[in-house]
Amino acid sequence: MSDKKTKKFPTRDVTLESGIPVKVVYTKDDVDASGGEGGIGQPGDYPFTRGIHPTMYRSRPFTMRQYSGFGTAAETHERFKYLISQGQTGLNVAFDLPTQCGFDSDDPMAEGEVGRVGMAVDTLADMEEAFDGIDLDKITVSLTINGAAIVLMAMYFALARKRGFDLSTLRGTAQNDILKEYVGRGTWVFPVEPSIKLIGDTILFCAEEVPKYSPVSICGYHIRESGANPVQEMAYAFCIASAYIDHALARGIDIDSFASRLSFNFDIYGNLFEQVAKFRAGRRLWAKIVKETHGAKNPRSGVLRMIAGGGGGGLTIEQPENNIVRGAYYALASALSGTQTMALCSYDEAFTIPTEKAALISLRTMQILQEEVGVCDTVDPLAGSYYVETLTNEMEKRIVEQMKKVDAAGGIVKAISEGYVQAEVSRQAYEQEKALQEGKARKVGVNCFRLDEEAPDVAMHPFREAEARKQFDRLAKIKAERDGAAVDAALATVRETAGDKSVNLMPAIMDAVQAYATVGEVMGVLKEVYGTYDEPLRF
Amino acid sequence: MGEKKIRILIGKPGLDGHDQGAKVVVRALMDAGFDVVYTGLRQSVDDIVDLARKEDVDVIGLSIMSGSHLPICEKMKARLDEAGLGNKLWIVGGNIPAADRETLCAIGVDGVFATGTPFDEIVNFIDGKVN
Repeated sequence: MSDKKTKKFPTRDVTLESGIPVKVVYTKDDVDASGGEGGIGQPGDYPFTRGIHPTMYRSRPFTMRQYSGFGTAAETHERFKYLISQGQTGLNVAFDLPTQCGFDSDDPMAEGEVGRVGMAVDTLADMEEAFDGIDLDKITVSLTINGAAIVLMAMYFALARKRGFDLSTLRGTAQNDILKEYVGRGTWVFPVEPSIKLIGDTILFCAEEVPKYSPVSICGYHIRESGANPVQEMAYAFCIASAYIDHALARGIDIDSFASRLSFNFDIYGNLFEQVAKFRAGRRLWAKIVKETHGAKNPRSGVLRMIAGGGGGGLTIEQPENNIVRGAYYALASALSGTQTMALCSYDEAFTIPTEKAALISLRTMQILQEEVGVCDTVDPLAGSYYVETLTNEMEKRIVEQMKKVDAAGGIVKAISEGYVQAEVSRQAYEQEKALQEGKARKVGVNCFRLDEEAPDVAMHPFREAEARKQFDRLAKIKAERDGAAVDAALATVRETAGDKSVNLMPAIMDAVQAYATVGEVMGVLKEVYGTYDEPLRF
Repeated sequence: MGEKKIRILIGKPGLDGHDQGAKVVVRALMDAGFDVVYTGLRQSVDDIVDLARKEDVDVIGLSIMSGSHLPICEKMKARLDEAGLGNKLWIVGGNIPAADRETLCAIGVDGVFATGTPFDEIVNFIDGKVN
């Protein structure tokens, strides 16, 4: 269409959250001007723009893995069994905040929080109960744990060993991305440097002993949820992933022995095409970074495997049923982006942790997509669209530019340690919130198409105080029954090992948790050695 | 103006790490001309009360997203009274169900601002109550 034709009709200006202006119509000229089609390639081939497998969902549809877990291990176990019985193919474990921050349920800091936003885990016994009867060599299990990740991973591996599974058969992920915790989500414990060392320990241990397990899932997700735009989301995640790789390489491990096991966790809400382009550009860029910056010889070392989930940031308290529809669009964007795993925040998640019904609706949303809508029939169905290919090229350029800004700020570790990234993200969050309040960004039910609602009628997930109290009794009982001398000895070894940067802590921590040392005890010993993080506050 | 600026402390009690809202509100209050002190994450109620006294603030705000607002605010009320800060303007924001508003007010919270409250509403409330 010529400019003359479109000029007759008034159009509004559109700019994506990432700052990219959107034209009314795209043609091949736009694709060429943005960098051409040279980088598209074939699915399964470097640089993986179209997907990391040649056949994608025709061979294996995306895994559906809802985040779940609450109360005690017994309650969580019931929810796991229920989700598996309903066709869910992976588990994504939510831990309560005390567990995530490394406090036992009986710690004063845990008051009021035990079992509230996830499962309370104090000892290996809790993990044993949560996964009782679940085949750990068949299901993929994702542990959403960061500050205390090495302890919970040690527990999961100890549990698998105890139940007779070969560690080399385990598949799954630990979130274990501490650098993003300093930017968003906030369950940090130790200062930056020892935290990265612990992640290095998990990467090295898994490369040797648990080769199918992803020791780290680098999260753009929470950075975006904290307010970053999609370009910042990808750029900061890639900078963070590169920091972990640099650390591991410095410890003498070969890039091709672990890089393909790093996975990613990204966020979906907002403009559908911007999301799809973000992931296609991200796959291409990550493959190049791993090859060109980190020196991988195996092209598959740079495959960007991801969970791309419908994020809570897009959901609203107003007219909460609308969130079911939003979730379906986010799921569609995720499937069109070639994700490996999908999860959706449930419609009630702006209020509460999901009720069983809400979690089921999310699962069904993804199943409908797989079974009825045809998005799994062919690989990368939006490829070749003038708009999508142009946007993919534009997104890649902008992600690279954003990464250069981080370099200019001294690199990601310094930029996060000094609060630079946090300030950038919260400034973006503030601008976006102002745009919503001023009506420049539209949100249905929030700043347009509002209803007069008193309080939206949403069933709240019940928080059972009595169940939390059971956890205290359970912890006291285990402490009384375990071999105290064995625990003391194992903790002493952890303390000693922690003091030596050249030694991997994972075996010592596995011994400690196997003796039923608590999360708080192990983390307490590590805090004595490492100290705790002091949050930089920059505005 | 020449008047002393209103001083506000925004605190993040408990273990919850969702601080986007707190930081956004801090920026909005700064832009509105207030002096704002932000505690950062993972503060105990005692930490927050101590800082409020030390910083000699006029307003104490808590941002709570985890669902623990009732037990936290009950404890906060007791500590504020003990510290002689019971007369300070006390506001709470975050993921607060409408059904809990009255309970919070009965505990002694002066204003409850759930997620999504327009900045102006918070600013006007503080201006109206402190001046």
